[in-house]
Amino acid sequence: MSLADLFNTLPGSPVASAIVGLVVAVVVLYLARTPAHKALYSLSHGIQEGFRLMAEAVLRGAESVGRRNKEVLMSSGAEAAEKVIEREFERMEAVIKRDLGAYPSIHRSMADLVTRIDEDYKESAEVPPPPPDWVKAVDSLAKLESRGDHWLGNILTEVHKTAVTQHKKVMEEYRNALGARHALLEKMRPHWRKLSQALDHVGKSMTGLQERAKVIDAHVAKYEEIRNNTDKAARNLTSSAMTQFFISALVLLIAIGGAMINFNLIALPMSEMVGGGSYIGSYRTSDIAALVIILVELAMGLYLMESLRITRLFPIIGQMDDKMRIRMIWVTFTILLVLAGVESALAFMRDRIAADMQALRQTLAQVESPHTFNSWIPTIGQMVMGFILPFALAFVAIPLESFIQSSRTVLGEATAAILRGMAFVFRLLGDISKYAGEFLVNLYDLLAFPLLWVENWMRHRKEHMDMDESETIISEEV
Amino acid sequence: MKKRLSLIPICLVLIVGGCADTTSHSKGVYMLLDSSGTYSNELTGAQSIINYLLGTLEPGDSFGIAKIDSASFSEKDIIAKMTFDKRPSVTNKQKRLFKQKVEDFVRSVTKGSAYTDITGGILQASEYLNETGAGKKYILIFSDLKEDLKKGHIRDFGILVSGCDVVALNVTKLRSDNIDPREYYDRVEKWKARVEAGGGNWRMINDLGRLDAILGS
Repeated sequence: MSLADLFNTLPGSPVASAIVGLVVAVVVLYLARTPAHKALYSLSHGIQEGFRLMAEAVLRGAESVGRRNKEVLMSSGAEAAEKVIEREFERMEAVIKRDLGAYPSIHRSMADLVTRIDEDYKESAEVPPPPPDWVKAVDSLAKLESRGDHWLGNILTEVHKTAVTQHKKVMEEYRNALGARHALLEKMRPHWRKLSQALDHVGKSMTGLQERAKVIDAHVAKYEEIRNNTDKAARNLTSSAMTQFFISALVLLIAIGGAMINFNLIALPMSEMVGGGSYIGSYRTSDIAALVIILVELAMGLYLMESLRITRLFPIIGQMDDKMRIRMIWVTFTILLVLAGVESALAFMRDRIAADMQALRQTLAQVESPHTFNSWIPTIGQMVMGFILPFALAFVAIPLESFIQSSRTVLGEATAAILRGMAFVFRLLGDISKYAGEFLVNLYDLLAFPLLWVENWMRHRKEHMDMDESETIISEEV
Repeated sequence: MKKRLSLIPICLVLIVGGCADTTSHSKGVYMLLDSSGTYSNELTGAQSIINYLLGTLEPGDSFGIAKIDSASFSEKDIIAKMTFDKRPSVTNKQKRLFKQKVEDFVRSVTKGSAYTDITGGILQASEYLNETGAGKKYILIFSDLKEDLKKGHIRDFGILVSGCDVVALNVTKLRSDNIDPREYYDRVEKWKARVEAGGGNWRMINDLGRLDAILGS
């Protein structure tokens, strides 16, 4: 018995069968309304609850990732700030050692200079010559009345002569003394200059120290914020990490470009060494060999930067004692130098092979070779590039370290954002399922509306009747 | 401890051995030049194809040139054959030598052969290519595909060219083809059927401006 037969209640009359079927369906829907509503509500609520729980779980995960991110960020930020402060103190120590280490001797020299200046000053002080005794005698003679005495006139003339002579002598002595004082003052000038220079030097040192102290203050303030786990510090560190991430990614892209040029320089000549027709997997052995050389150069660059303590990717190298570390610097540098030499030779070989290939192609194409500009410049250029690129690639270690360190923060932030997005989607789906349940309930009622309408009509009628009865009772009582 | 250390090189050898590619990436090309009376004038056209192939083939590839004459299933018909060295510089020298040999041959052809044994040439080509162990094998037939066998030569059997790309180049139309083009189509179709029955792939390139399609799949 098929489904069509089931609904064909009145064979031969499909319309009547459909009407009967519809009526039966409406009646069944009406009778099953309450349990059907409950089922629909429970289903939608169940789905909503499930999504809500998922959203909460994912949100908790996002919070946990966010917390962990913040912890890592703060820890790395604190470490970086400590290093910066340490470095600033080292610089300050160097400045103090350089400029103020010699301060006692400067002080001594300044004190000596001051003493000398003081002595010279004292010596140069102008002492008025004591009035000679003959001045009193001249005074007494001047008070004598001549009254036309001849002998007195002679005496006075003689006294005048003597006084003039004496005056000249005294004046000469005075001038000599004045000249000596001026000479002393002249001698003081370089002492003053030296003193002024010493003071300037000390002043500059003090200003430099003050500026350095301000920088340290700023770093310490930042460090305190990090230690206090403030949101501002977290925001600053995240922003800094993002900037570092993009800048280092850009530099790495440039380095990849350099590596590709390097690869093209040595891939062809490598086929002369390892054979042009051999393959490893689906790749030419010569290409892989060229790639390996570049990767070895990169590795040597990493070790060199690590040994120089510019980067801190391998703690084991950083922890080596200085003697071993210096040995490592020399070893890696030597390997890098040898590889650079090899690359330079390969670049030369590449130029020769390329020229030979070009000549062969022209012969095969039966084209008369154009006038070639025979110059060593491209060859030398390629050789120089082959020599320099390995050293340039060695510096990739610096942006690589920044990239790795900042990518931890960026990836963490991205994960947290994705989790928050997922939580939002789950909440949205939960709400959609809730409203979908309500919609289905309303749709159910729409299908059973004839009987619901009748039920409503009967209820209203009953209410009206009850109201009429109550009004009658009230009016009777009144 | 020593035992453990000795395991490291063994593991490395195994890893490298495991990574080694067992399939051959080299190409083997064998070109048959029809030197029969009706076609010998076309040989200068074949030279440009050979030059193109010399420019395209890489170190480690194999290249052979043979003429199609009255009895082509013979090493004597091979004009030049070479497996290029792995080093590009040596390969370039070999290519120059190869070109010289072909030029000498073309210059030496003054009279076409009386008969045309294409089947014998293909059998010789298949034998040579299988010996080279090339990963991709090509048999290029520079001919009008009109086979004319000497009396007594038996060639009406299947040819084994499995894994080979058989490319017919510059299949010129004969005077009789102009009278009845069906002859031309029947001839081409017959060779296609023979090659495909022998396990090979058949292609035909008449436009010599499309040389890049020769070694294309």
